[in-house]
Amino acid sequence: MLGALVIVFREVLEAGLIIGIVMAASRGAPGRGAWIAAGVLAGVVGAGIIALFAGAIADAFEGSGQELLNATVLGAAVLMLMWHNAWMARHGRELAAEMSAVGAAVTAGQRPMTALAVVVGLAVLREGSEVVLFLYGIVATGTSASALLLGGALGVAAGVAFTALTYYGLISIPARHIFTVTTVLIALLAAGMAAQAVQFLDAAGVIHVLGQRLWDSSAWLPQDGVIGRLLHTLVGYTDRPTELQLAAYLGTLAAMAALTWTVGRAPSPVRERTAVR
Amino acid sequence: MRAVVLAMVLAALGVLDAPAFAQEFNLVIRNHKFEPEEIRVPAGKRVSIYVSNEDATPEEFDSTALKVEKIIPGKSKGLVRIGPLDPGRYEFMGEFHADTAKGVVVAE
Repeated sequence: MLGALVIVFREVLEAGLIIGIVMAASRGAPGRGAWIAAGVLAGVVGAGIIALFAGAIADAFEGSGQELLNATVLGAAVLMLMWHNAWMARHGRELAAEMSAVGAAVTAGQRPMTALAVVVGLAVLREGSEVVLFLYGIVATGTSASALLLGGALGVAAGVAFTALTYYGLISIPARHIFTVTTVLIALLAAGMAAQAVQFLDAAGVIHVLGQRLWDSSAWLPQDGVIGRLLHTLVGYTDRPTELQLAAYLGTLAAMAALTWTVGRAPSPVRERTAVR
Repeated sequence: MRAVVLAMVLAALGVLDAPAFAQEFNLVIRNHKFEPEEIRVPAGKRVSIYVSNEDATPEEFDSTALKVEKIIPGKSKGLVRIGPLDPGRYEFMGEFHADTAKGVVVAE
């Protein structure tokens, strides 16, 4: 039972951290609960479909189907997170001003909720398909299935509780600063995902360059330890990064910064009206 | 200049050719255990490991050391590409049966 609890908790936690950040980043957006619920639901359905066709996916593209799918899912999430941050660079300041002035009750207008819902869906899809396959394995063997399923259910509950903890921790940040914090968190999240994506492309045999390991910090901060795992999900910590992974990480951060700077400098009609600065 | 271009082309060809020389190894999952539990591979080279899961249940070949996470459905085969590795021991496990499915890649 404990084994099932740990595995399920681990996967739910990884998706949960991302959902917690997305929920904090979309604070005050109208209808965001429905968007995020739709993202989770689509992710769960998608996870079931992926688990169902796991064999076909694994066999596709000369045995590299799974890696290519993972890389695609991660790449799509990175693009969505970039879109979100670019949007926030343009409108974030007005949002924060409105929220601290009148509280979070103000409907903050259109937000890139589609992008965030897609990110949630992709996170649930990736982690969820592993949970589904693992639980399927338990049910298929039949041995003490009920105890293991109970462990699984407890794992989901613990993961959801951690998601809530992440969310409430983040929204306790004063309204003036919350979007700065979530924007930085999302940039790091995206960079970590990009580093994972290129590793999947390498494992798929698509990329053969810059495969050399840069350092090994597994003795001090193992990636499969508790803190290492959290940092891996949150900021993309890897204890044995390759040159390519570091390049993807820094490249994503640079692209994100450049995009934010360009979009943030462009004249915004809202900003002129509210005369910020 | 011409020599530089030639060197770059050769380097590029070398990069593209490298996977063609990737050595292949076989691994079987039976009763939630890896057979063999130790594989010796050449250091500094890309290596392909064909993992055949003979169990009815899915397994995840998982190793942070090797930077691999790969689900291998029941009664099927999966290809795991690793390396180039520095000499050393790299542990891997079947995440869905972590208490029995353990193994190590030794690069030398």
